[in-house]
Amino acid sequence: MTEAKTSAPRARPLSPHLQIYKPMLTMMMSIAHRITGATLYFGMIVLAWWLISAAVGPNAYANVEWFMGSIVGRFILFGYTWALTHHMLGGIRHLIWDLGHGFGAQEREWLAAATIVGSVGLTIALWTVGYFVMGGPR
Amino acid sequence: MSAPHRTPLSQVRGLGAARSGTSHFWQQRVTSVALISLSIAFVIIVLLLLGRTHAGVIQILGSPIVAILMLLFIFTTAYHMWLGMQEIIIDYIHDDWMKLMLLMTNTFFCCAVGLACTFAILKLSFTV
Repeated sequence: MTEAKTSAPRARPLSPHLQIYKPMLTMMMSIAHRITGATLYFGMIVLAWWLISAAVGPNAYANVEWFMGSIVGRFILFGYTWALTHHMLGGIRHLIWDLGHGFGAQEREWLAAATIVGSVGLTIALWTVGYFVMGGPR
Repeated sequence: MSAPHRTPLSQVRGLGAARSGTSHFWQQRVTSVALISLSIAFVIIVLLLLGRTHAGVIQILGSPIVAILMLLFIFTTAYHMWLGMQEIIIDYIHDDWMKLMLLMTNTFFCCAVGLACTFAILKLSFTV
């Protein structure tokens, strides 16, 4: 008690922060899960805009179609597709962990790699299907 | 769990300092399980609507099965994203007033987006 009164506050050890660690795949996947989640959160504005425009009428819907067909619109939609597939596969990975599986050193790495490969693959597959639905090469 | 400052009643209830126990965690899991199939349905619906005229789009969006799937997707997503953003805010925002304000904004945003999407689907369903 006497020490607390006489000496200046001691510098206490801080818990190591993100920048201390070497970036690892599993850690990046954890961060990506959060970022994609937050992206999808704001992406719901686009969904609301699309649905409301459809409900309002053909002119409002034409505006949405024009924007979604533009470079910026397509970029947003492509990003949304990847964020959705990545967050979904990442979520499934978390559910596997919740059930008590997949904690081994190799399993963790495998699951992380599968999330990336799966989300990129699914995004490309969905856009390929979409390309052909839209009429394919003309 | 045998911390001396905890009353026997709080130990029996097991709800912790936030008084809600594991309900946040559990609701996040329940909505995420539901969203696996609902997101797949949502993606298929969007693919079905690609390249269609406005008349074609509202006819499909307003049909009962598509509308019900869309509404389930919207409700579950609104709740899931409300829980998720709440967790992000609590993790990173340490200023009490800012935290309170953002937590409220999160609630307002999720309610507004959820209701806007719901209203649009219902309007399409009952006018087509």
